[in-house]
Amino acid sequence: MTITGSVHSWDVATAVDGPGTRFVLFLSGCPLRCLYCQNPDTWHMRDGHRTTVDEVAAEMAKYRRFIEVAGGGMTISGGEPLLQPDFTAAVFHRAKQLGLHTALDTSGFLGARATDELLADTDLVLLDIKSWDPVRYRHVTGGEVTPTLEFARRLSAMRKPMWIRFVLVPGHTDAVDNVEGIASFVSTLDAVERVEVLPFHKLGAPKYTALGIPFPLADVPTPDAELVRRVRSQFSDRGVPVH
Amino acid sequence: MTATAQRVTSTAWQGFRAGSWCDQIDVRGFIQANYSPYEGDAGFLTGPTPRTTALWQQLSEMFVEERARGIHDVDARTPSSITAHAPGYIDRDHELIVGLQTDAPLKRAIMPQGGLRIVESGLRNYGYELDPQVREIFTRYRKTHNDGVFDAYTTEIRRARKAGIITGLPDAYGRGRIIGDYRRVPLYGIDRLVAAKMAERAALDEFWSTEDVIRDREELAEQLRALEELRRMAASYGYDISGPATSAREAVQWLYFAYLAAVKEQNGAAMSLGRTSTFLDVYLQRDLDEGRLTEREAQELVDDLVIKLRIVRFLRTPEYDQLFSGDPTWVTESIGGMGSDGRTLVTRTSFRFLQTLYNLGPAPEPNLTVLWSPRLPVGFKRFCAKVSVDTSSIQYENDDLIRPRFSDDTAIACCVSAMRVGEQMQLFGARVNLAKALLYAINGGRDEMSGVQVAPAFPPITSEYLEPAEVRAAFDRMTDWLARTYVEALNIIHYMHDKYAYERIEMALHDHPVQRLLGCGIAGLSVVADSLSAIEHARVRVIRDETGLAVDYAVEGDFPKYGNNDDRADAIAVELVETFMSKVRQHPAHRRAVHTQSVLTITSNVVYGKHTGNTPDGRRAGEPFAPGANPMNGRDKHGLVAAALSVAKLPYDQAQDGISLTASITPTGLGHTPDEQVTNLVGVLDAYTDAGGFHLNANVLNRETLLDAMAHPENHPQLTIRVSGYAVNFIRLTPEQQRDVINRTFHESL
Repeated sequence: MTITGSVHSWDVATAVDGPGTRFVLFLSGCPLRCLYCQNPDTWHMRDGHRTTVDEVAAEMAKYRRFIEVAGGGMTISGGEPLLQPDFTAAVFHRAKQLGLHTALDTSGFLGARATDELLADTDLVLLDIKSWDPVRYRHVTGGEVTPTLEFARRLSAMRKPMWIRFVLVPGHTDAVDNVEGIASFVSTLDAVERVEVLPFHKLGAPKYTALGIPFPLADVPTPDAELVRRVRSQFSDRGVPVH
Repeated sequence: MTATAQRVTSTAWQGFRAGSWCDQIDVRGFIQANYSPYEGDAGFLTGPTPRTTALWQQLSEMFVEERARGIHDVDARTPSSITAHAPGYIDRDHELIVGLQTDAPLKRAIMPQGGLRIVESGLRNYGYELDPQVREIFTRYRKTHNDGVFDAYTTEIRRARKAGIITGLPDAYGRGRIIGDYRRVPLYGIDRLVAAKMAERAALDEFWSTEDVIRDREELAEQLRALEELRRMAASYGYDISGPATSAREAVQWLYFAYLAAVKEQNGAAMSLGRTSTFLDVYLQRDLDEGRLTEREAQELVDDLVIKLRIVRFLRTPEYDQLFSGDPTWVTESIGGMGSDGRTLVTRTSFRFLQTLYNLGPAPEPNLTVLWSPRLPVGFKRFCAKVSVDTSSIQYENDDLIRPRFSDDTAIACCVSAMRVGEQMQLFGARVNLAKALLYAINGGRDEMSGVQVAPAFPPITSEYLEPAEVRAAFDRMTDWLARTYVEALNIIHYMHDKYAYERIEMALHDHPVQRLLGCGIAGLSVVADSLSAIEHARVRVIRDETGLAVDYAVEGDFPKYGNNDDRADAIAVELVETFMSKVRQHPAHRRAVHTQSVLTITSNVVYGKHTGNTPDGRRAGEPFAPGANPMNGRDKHGLVAAALSVAKLPYDQAQDGISLTASITPTGLGHTPDEQVTNLVGVLDAYTDAGGFHLNANVLNRETLLDAMAHPENHPQLTIRVSGYAVNFIRLTPEQQRDVINRTFHESL
């Protein structure tokens, strides 16, 4: 049986979604609606292109040599890759056959859908913990935080390498307690290689305009250097390597 | 050789390993026998001395005035030659290396042999008048290159030139792209070089005096005269360069005198330096080993040389500066690379040259060009990447493509033109506008903007929708005509240049006979590739004016675009390169030159775009072309790597004069930490080179920085960006060019 997925686009990028230069596959469809989402064009599965695993593999193969020399791998991002777990698993499996390092960029909200087979083909998980406080998490994402934390513990138990990503949004995720909660949780996990504090930006705003949807955080400022420094040190104070 | 000469030579060469280079002129042989490959990192480098900083500061203050007035000063009375001007100094007591083009820093010279018109209009634009006597000499008694060319141009060439389908021809100024082997002067001294040239000249006595032989004899006589003038010029600064240099300081000074003679004699479009760092390293290392020099002093010598190279100036017109974005001189120095024996050619002095970008701050000149191979030592690769991230001032060219086709003693002239130092020279040919040729094909040779019949009147395409086969046949016919007209124009130009503005000193530092390359070129590659793709994969409807002239195109449907690593479009670009090269090769070149071609626009992509109407890919009239071999702005949808792999498909063997790719990346797009940025840039350079990519201009900049520099130029006096095979001072670009640079696909990530 040919597995197909709903694909938004692909890109070859350096230093954005995992280490080195990577083939990044963006899937369509996401169960969350993060206020700061920079890819509103990936929310709906129905908007993606039906794509076979073979087609993705053929495109990845064009970059195999480049990535091998440059250092890097491939990442599945989105949208939410675990909304299409069979497709994600099949693409990762093909990537491993091509000898590529694999990274799963996920919110963890659907972590339970990641089978052990899928995770066996996953070299690195880029796990977004969007907030700590459940009320705040729901406010920011429209979903629950518990599944993400459970997924993190499961990965930790498997000693699966993780990069924890935290988007810093002034007035929404920057409260000291909120950051403290994530930092202390992360410090209990094994195999966290780094935490990436990603300052909120508005580069996705034109996409909202194009789609005719209001951008909820249009008036929120980007974090200043001082705030970024404070949050980074909240993580590093707990002995977590921060980037 | 006299006993005295032998004694001098033995002192000068003491400590060097002998070889056949001792008996014949063979700089490469000398380097191979004596250089010390360096596999370490940048830890040994030193900062600027207070002397260096003060000297540079003194000039920096003069640059402000120069920028405001266009030029600092000019000697409008003295046609330049190797010996025309009295010695000049920046600060005589504090310069380690001396010599200026005229008697004062930043004072430009006039070089009317190339063309009087350009001199007169250059002077007039900056408020100077040409000395009447000079005008009289170069109108009544002495003909210029420019006059000669226009005596021989055909009507067709004149029309093609005026319409801008053949552009940028060196018919009114020096052709450049010739690299004298300036290293010969320090290694051998003038006496030996004169003796070798006299032997070459004498060998011609054996031949019957055909036109070719007579010309060669005359040229060699001129070369000998130029060597004597170089000796006299050096003597005016108090140096006797008859014998070889005996120390590192002398080696740098002798080498610079040789280069200085060239830029006193010629206002070539590109006056490149060659591949000097590893050669000079032999001298610096010997003095370091013998305790005659410290690292600090070694760096200071390199810094001082680079200061001199940064203030090479030519009198040019504002239009020329507009075409080339600023005031470029292309003092290209090729650094690094691997030797054919597998040893790296990187030495400590390769690092020292790059270090000048820290010691003196970023600058467009000299045009520092790293010959990259994945096999280069890691320490050097990481230092290059760091310098790129910090200064955006270096370009990279693929050593693994160049070395087997040329040699491991090959240098880049101008931007991307490889040539074996001292053995090959180029007859520079600028480029044709292929996008315009496509429009001419559709319009039966009429210009899409003026309506004038420029090319022969082939039948125009009259259908409502463009048919791929019909367009291709018409384009084929049109480019046949274009290639013929183009090579014919170049033959005329170079015949006259040889006759009226011969590069005496540069050619004196080449072997005889020299191998000539005819450097042809194409612009608008991505526009034509995308247009043909649109015609093939979508539907293109022609919009004609009342005279039947096709003036616009409506594209219905989507089509694959060059720059996405998609063979459907990339194969068209490859075919265009191959086809035009083969067409050019059909026409015999001046003095049996070997035809080559470049995919390089320099910054003239803006001007070419301005003079080209709407194209079938949806590009609007006047919109700039993409620079060099870049994909069109915004059409590369999958990031820089995909675009770079499209460019890497263009066959270097069909474009041995170089294929240029310019990329701008934001620092965060390379990595979170400086270390990560360096690692990732090294990885990308390795992989691009491995994929067969020829050239990369790597700008690591924030868009905000450029916007700020547009608004507040005074805060960014040294902001340097790579444009297309060379670098420019950003604040010297026209507002239009600045906008083009900013609008170009700015890759947030690689």
